Amino acid sequence: MSLENVLLVGAVIFAIGLYGALSKRSAITVLMSLELMFNAVNITAVALSHYVVPTGPASLLTGQIFAIFIITVAAAEVALGVAIVIAVYRSRQTAFVTDANQMRH
Amino acid sequence: MGQEIAAGMTQDTPLIIDIAFWIIALSAIGSSIAVVQTRDLFRAALFLAAAFLSIAGLFVLLRAEFLAVVQILIYVGAISVLIIFAVLTTRDVEHGNPSNMLRIPAAILAILFLVVASITMLNTDWNLLSQSDAAAVSGVEGEAGGEVPDLIPSIAELLLQDYVLVFEVASVLLLATIVGALVLVRRGSG
Repeated sequence: MSLENVLLVGAVIFAIGLYGALSKRSAITVLMSLELMFNAVNITAVALSHYVVPTGPASLLTGQIFAIFIITVAAAEVALGVAIVIAVYRSRQTAFVTDANQMRH
Repeated sequence: MGQEIAAGMTQDTPLIIDIAFWIIALSAIGSSIAVVQTRDLFRAALFLAAAFLSIAGLFVLLRAEFLAVVQILIYVGAISVLIIFAVLTTRDVEHGNPSNMLRIPAAILAILFLVVASITMLNTDWNLLSQSDAAAVSGVEGEAGGEVPDLIPSIAELLLQDYVLVFEVASVLLLATIVGALVLVRRGSG
């Protein structure tokens, strides 16, 4: 278990999330992939704060503080995302991002 | 210098921690793949909860116990439930989990990102901490006898002193989110 191993796990999870967010039609899967990407970034921040000497104004726990705020933003984002999905589903009877194309043309 | 410290740290990690790390890492990656590949959306949401749990285990291994608890409370407890709720409300389960036409470019982009990130991190000369450095910088004295220092008071101090502005902005953000979500969902019924 070294810094490179943990960073690699974070990168793999981020890549999976990136693939899911770009390639799926269901808005809920896109939301889930976004959450995976947020988590990958959290892993990276915590790993860096655990292994690397802090420089400048940073302290040993800066990565963990970052992760706390990322979790806050992710929770707000998923709440709004689910609200939007439900609102779109009510008006269009679909939860596919490819079907929500009213604003095209 | 960095190399010596790195060698010291890898020797210090016991075998059991290595085994636990690889089990947790494989379960996190496997659950993440299942989230994007399972046909059933409900199962994908359950796999998402499993991935969140594995990542909480990873936080414990990285000495971030407070974050691990927060992760379980917020991600496993709240976000997973919210997503399962959304899956059940929209009746997406019947349609499965199809891909759009960007599947191949998305896969290429993801693999490209992974390759670039791996090359970058393997070629970076990290300035790694030694164990005694870690104890000294965090200002915790009880390092003798392998006692685990308690980092939560330091986190609280940082949150409420250095980062207090961000802390307050986060509360405003949450308030705006609550109002926004209520407005969005109400408009449809009214």
